[in-house]
Amino acid sequence: MAFRMAVERWLDVARMDGLARQDTPVHRIDARAQAVTTLLFIGVVMSFARDELSALTPFFIYPVAVMSAGRIPAASLLRKLAVAMPFAVAVGLLNPVFDTRPALAVGALNVSSGWLSFLSIVMRCLLTVSAALLLVACTGMPRLCEGLVRLGVPRVFAVQLLFLYRYLFLLADEGRRMTHGIALRSPGARGVRFRVYVSLVGHLLLRAMARAERIYHAMQARGFDGNMRPQFASPMRLADPLFVGGWALFFAVARVWNLAEALGVLLMKGVG
Amino acid sequence: MHMADALVSPVVGGTMWLAACGLIGHSVRRIEASAKDHLVPLMGVLGAFVFTAQMINFTIPGTGSSGHLGGGLLLAALLGPHAALLVIASVLTVQALFFADGGLLALGCNIVNLGFFPACVAYPWVYRVIARGRYGPMRGSVAALAASVLGLQLGALSVVVQTQASGIAELPFGPFAALMLPIHLAIGVVEGCVTAAVVAFVARARPEVLPAADAGPARSLRPVVAALLIAAVLTGGLLSGWASSHPDGLEWAIARVSGAEEAPAAPGTWHARLSAAQERTAVMPDYAFRQAPRDARTDGSDGASAEPATAKPADSSALPLGTSVAGVVGGAVTLLVISCLGFVFGKRPRAV
Repeated sequence: MAFRMAVERWLDVARMDGLARQDTPVHRIDARAQAVTTLLFIGVVMSFARDELSALTPFFIYPVAVMSAGRIPAASLLRKLAVAMPFAVAVGLLNPVFDTRPALAVGALNVSSGWLSFLSIVMRCLLTVSAALLLVACTGMPRLCEGLVRLGVPRVFAVQLLFLYRYLFLLADEGRRMTHGIALRSPGARGVRFRVYVSLVGHLLLRAMARAERIYHAMQARGFDGNMRPQFASPMRLADPLFVGGWALFFAVARVWNLAEALGVLLMKGVG
Repeated sequence: MHMADALVSPVVGGTMWLAACGLIGHSVRRIEASAKDHLVPLMGVLGAFVFTAQMINFTIPGTGSSGHLGGGLLLAALLGPHAALLVIASVLTVQALFFADGGLLALGCNIVNLGFFPACVAYPWVYRVIARGRYGPMRGSVAALAASVLGLQLGALSVVVQTQASGIAELPFGPFAALMLPIHLAIGVVEGCVTAAVVAFVARARPEVLPAADAGPARSLRPVVAALLIAAVLTGGLLSGWASSHPDGLEWAIARVSGAEEAPAAPGTWHARLSAAQERTAVMPDYAFRQAPRDARTDGSDGASAEPATAKPADSSALPLGTSVAGVVGGAVTLLVISCLGFVFGKRPRAV
């Protein structure tokens, strides 16, 4: 049922928020350092040639390392990955159809370059999506926003992003109560009638706007001047540049040399 | 229609990031200049509202499928284009970080496709021009429908162009566009209806939050509607006419691979028999009526040399009437099939 899935997604957001409050070596890394490393990682992964497969495999080290050091449960990450995959997979699945050039022969089996590029798309999807999810699971929205402002993101944008995140939980609760009410009154239905829908959403909108007004007055009474007060401003530690530098070095090495192939050659030599 | 990270090349993603940064920077400056402090909490709360509204579905009569609010145009109508762009950008950021919708590299693409086109193109140039601050049932609906259809079509086209420019997915331009545009036409109509209805609701309950009507007398809506209809027919006809003068994307891909225009099938093989059967049975082989003789193509892979052929009035056979009809029929059949699928898979009540 559609409602249930939407509610499930909300519980996931709350879970992520909880994960971000842990205290692990990864969580102690500055948010700026983590954001920069994540962007670097995604950029490098996507810069590979279309049908690259083996050279991408060493890059799985990054999400796996961050996940285990940050004590992020793999199950919740995998569930999100499964939800995120369909669009890229659906578009990529046409590659084998349109590109049937033989690229690789494994025994009697000819693998077309379309299949290679499809598998490559799936692999990139796993890598980039897990990196983005891990970034927020290891920093949390408030810390990440503060880090982004210090990296030069406009203050107005960051402040309202933070507002959005803060009130997401409140309004989602309201939405949950509404969908619950709908489900109880019209069991088995996939949605409400259009007229009812407009009235429901319209009232939700009016309540949200009234709430925004109350919030603004309350904040003004407490001296809000449009600025975020830095909560997490800690001096840069030695670990932060080491984190960025170390990973950047690894990404560069894995980008230039195909580490998986080198390992394969080494193993073959050992066997032969 | 979120772009996924896995389909975007760093060059395309980076370019779109730069474009999105420029748009956000411009919007931020405009909002700071307007000195509306209260706008910032309102923006955040409305962003959260868009998420929440997406939890509620309504049934689309007659199809068995359900729809929900997208929100881009509604945000623009409530907040103005600059603030709306920022809210959409932050909604997309939260989606990328928490739900893995889209991705970080594709975030720039998504901000341009889903934020820039509805908020900065469709809203100021279509919605505001038609609505002129009046939100009655007729005027509001026409404005919202036209604006949301335009915004979503531009966004969908942009997804196709970005995928093509990235070159990671092999999907050829023609078929991908032919798939994306009709689907987003339907989504645009639904989105337009919802936006018009919600704006009308707000206009009745709290008219002061919406931009006020222009001072001048209300101009008649009839020329606007007529112009829109003409524009729709013209674009439909011309675009599919133009598209058909280019070699079809799939054929082009095959031509590129094999060097011949149509993949040669060895006679007697199952493939040849199948394609012969398809030629006989297809109502519209190659998207044109069977009787219509195929005009000779000048060059298999060069689109530029094929383009002037349509513009030449002397070459009357180059106006592929059959192809336009096929495009309209194809779009309709696509919609029908999708509706049927929605009906088949959606109607069955789950016993949970």
